[in-house]
Amino acid sequence: MSQRQVLQVFEQYQRARTQFVQAVAELASRSQNIETLQNAGVMALLRPLLLDVVPTIQQTAALALGRLANYNDELAEAVVKGDILPQLVCSLSEQNRFYKKAAAFVLRAVGKHSPQLAQAIVQCGALETLVICLEDFDPGVKEAAAWALGYIARHNSELSQAVVDAGAVPLLVLCIQEPEIALKRIAASTLSDISKHSPELAQTVVDAGAIAHLAQMILNPDAKLKRQVLSALSQIAKHSVDLAELVVEAEIFPVVLTCLKDSDEYVKKNGATLTREIAKHTPELSQLIVNAGGVAAVIDCIGSCRGTVRLPGIMMLGYVAAHSENLSMAVIVSKGIPPLCTCLIEENEDHIKAAAAWALGQVGRHTPEHARAVAVANVLPTLLSMYMDTHSSEDLQVKAKKALKNILQKCTYLPALEPLLHDAPPNILKHIVGQFSKVLPHDSKARRLFVTTGGLKKVQEIKAEPGSLLQEYINTINNCYPEEIVRYYSPGYSEILLERVENYHPVL
Amino acid sequence: MATLARLQARLPGLREECFRRNRSVDEHRKKEYKAAVKIQSWFRGCRVRAYIRYLNNMIIIIQKWWRGYQGRRYFRKMVETAYFIMKMNFYNEMAVRIQKRWRGYYVRKYTHNYYALKKYLEAISVNNEIVRKELNEYAEMKEKEKKKKDLEKKEKEKEHQARKMHYLLSTEQIAGIYNSPFSKSPDPMELLLRKSKPLSHSQQPAKNHLICELCDWSNCTRSPTFPAAQPLPPIGRQKPQGPFRDTAEVLRQRYKPLEPTLRVAASINSLEKAREEIKREEWRNRVHDNEFLPFSSYHKNEKYDPSIHRSGKYGQETYGVKHFREVQPKKWIADKDFQTVLPSIVLFERFGKTYSRTGQIV
Repeated sequence: MSQRQVLQVFEQYQRARTQFVQAVAELASRSQNIETLQNAGVMALLRPLLLDVVPTIQQTAALALGRLANYNDELAEAVVKGDILPQLVCSLSEQNRFYKKAAAFVLRAVGKHSPQLAQAIVQCGALETLVICLEDFDPGVKEAAAWALGYIARHNSELSQAVVDAGAVPLLVLCIQEPEIALKRIAASTLSDISKHSPELAQTVVDAGAIAHLAQMILNPDAKLKRQVLSALSQIAKHSVDLAELVVEAEIFPVVLTCLKDSDEYVKKNGATLTREIAKHTPELSQLIVNAGGVAAVIDCIGSCRGTVRLPGIMMLGYVAAHSENLSMAVIVSKGIPPLCTCLIEENEDHIKAAAAWALGQVGRHTPEHARAVAVANVLPTLLSMYMDTHSSEDLQVKAKKALKNILQKCTYLPALEPLLHDAPPNILKHIVGQFSKVLPHDSKARRLFVTTGGLKKVQEIKAEPGSLLQEYINTINNCYPEEIVRYYSPGYSEILLERVENYHPVL
Repeated sequence: MATLARLQARLPGLREECFRRNRSVDEHRKKEYKAAVKIQSWFRGCRVRAYIRYLNNMIIIIQKWWRGYQGRRYFRKMVETAYFIMKMNFYNEMAVRIQKRWRGYYVRKYTHNYYALKKYLEAISVNNEIVRKELNEYAEMKEKEKKKKDLEKKEKEKEHQARKMHYLLSTEQIAGIYNSPFSKSPDPMELLLRKSKPLSHSQQPAKNHLICELCDWSNCTRSPTFPAAQPLPPIGRQKPQGPFRDTAEVLRQRYKPLEPTLRVAASINSLEKAREEIKREEWRNRVHDNEFLPFSSYHKNEKYDPSIHRSGKYGQETYGVKHFREVQPKKWIADKDFQTVLPSIVLFERFGKTYSRTGQIV
């Protein structure tokens, strides 16, 4: 046996290992192979390869593991149960950048499935090493680490707090300032995930000075980065008035509105979400947005897109209108009602319809003028049909009913109320008849019109319990008219007349 | 005496009468007494009653007056209160009127100022129009940019295609497929082919590894470019000597980056560079541009320009240069100095010349 032959054996073995691990990594990237791989016991085989002497094999093994864990939570659990995480965490701080990336990928793939798995990662002490990776020279490593941290932090506030306690936030803020777009994107998304849970977490992100850097990137041409930045800002602003004011102070306002015109749907959606989160807190903030022309931009945005992208915009209009009558008037003046009506009619999803109904209710509930503006757009029959429709969800029914009630209680525009008289259920009818009873005593033309359009007849046909509110309203209406007319329109009056004809003794 | 006799005569009768009388008196005494008591009691009763009646009348008078007084007093008070209430009501009414006016005015002016609201809403709609226009412009601009980019990309692709298919260019003798002899003018592709250069084989577009890696890494779709391109580290072909060291250590030693000495690391013209640098530094840091010239011959031709303090339009003054004290010999009466009249002070006379080396007066 020569020296050479001996060494050949080793070389063959090494080549075989490399081949195997690369093949597994390749196979793991296709989802149809995963089950077969799992049944073949790939986990047990990959684990020793993580400790291989050759770095390439280690890295590829980590990559394969990451892909497997990425596939579903069972495999991710298998990774956790296989005690692979401590190995990864230990070697994460020592190996080269390729290995670091692969290891961070495994952590990310494991942590994304459930809070329990993410908790397992935290318990391995991975956070500290990941935070150290955030200080790495290589942007790819930073990105992978930031991504893993983001997936851990997104589950709940405890995990998020753990990430913050590991000191990740200042480093993430530094990562935002790096030139690489991908890194910026991931760092912004991680900040968004951290700050979404509680005001305290958002405050820590703000304290690290994230807002100024995030606000600068709103005008970035990269759409995906914009999405993440807007989402982070809205997650920060959603918690309290102070945080929202801090976000506003970064002078985002005319700039954000350009995002509402963006070609990317998600940028639009996140931009609308940001304005909504700011507008919902106080009338002052809403006013600021209105003055900046935000309402017009949001209305255009609603008009130009479909589906869930509309939802935040619709809610933003509702919030603005709910604050005060002037703001509500501003929504009306900005031609906000027609797009809301189209949303109400053409959307298929019940929750979007419900939001549109709610927003319309908020717009119309302040004064008769507001209610008139809403009623003129002919939404009341639509709302009524939604309320009556048995197929619509409970939430939509409740929202439609509330909106109807709010608008009807202020509405004095009788032509819009008339058609509702015919098909409204008693609990809505009460409000409609109430509005008639308030207006008719003071308006002679309306009285005339009410008779000629058949409203009076309809009112006479209503069966109200004596002593109820509805009966009182009906009596008030009846008192506005001469008795003969009321009797003429009462049901059964013709029979009475005929009876009288029968009983009449002709005078000869 | 006669009388006595008479009396005496009548004595028995008298006695009898006396007795009778006494008896009758005795008989009536009780009756009379009762009558007297009755009379007295009646009288007294009358008197007391009269007195009481009198007192009663007095009391009625007093009470009448008192009640009248009190009634009047109460009435006056009541009138006063009523008057006060009336006034109060009036004042309240007036106050309500004033407050009504004021509140209406205040609210209309500051809180629900209709005109301000109208103006505000108008301003909002104008502002909205502006914002809408701007946003539309912005969107259009974006659209245009995108279109332009797409167009450029297409153009580039076409060009690349043309370069790739350059072999389809027609020659002098044989027409290419784009240059049909039957058509009037050649296909536009032919023109493009004429313009473009053929793609050379030598410069294959090398993939930029770094960029690719960065863009692919975000979703881990591709396996990262590990340094697998370089061959696996050899497992020692040399003749092994003695006990092996740890493979990893050996490999680290073998593939460690070059660590040149300072001498090797420095470039050969570092001295020149440093000089250049120093020169540049000096040039940068100079305060003024007049170079210092060390030779006095340089100043030879220079005219002396006097300081402005010393030069005037009346010529140069000699004061301070030639003399310090004005002397006018023309006004002198005698050439000699004045002789002192007063005896000199002895001590001063001796000043400067009186002390010898030994301190003795000379």
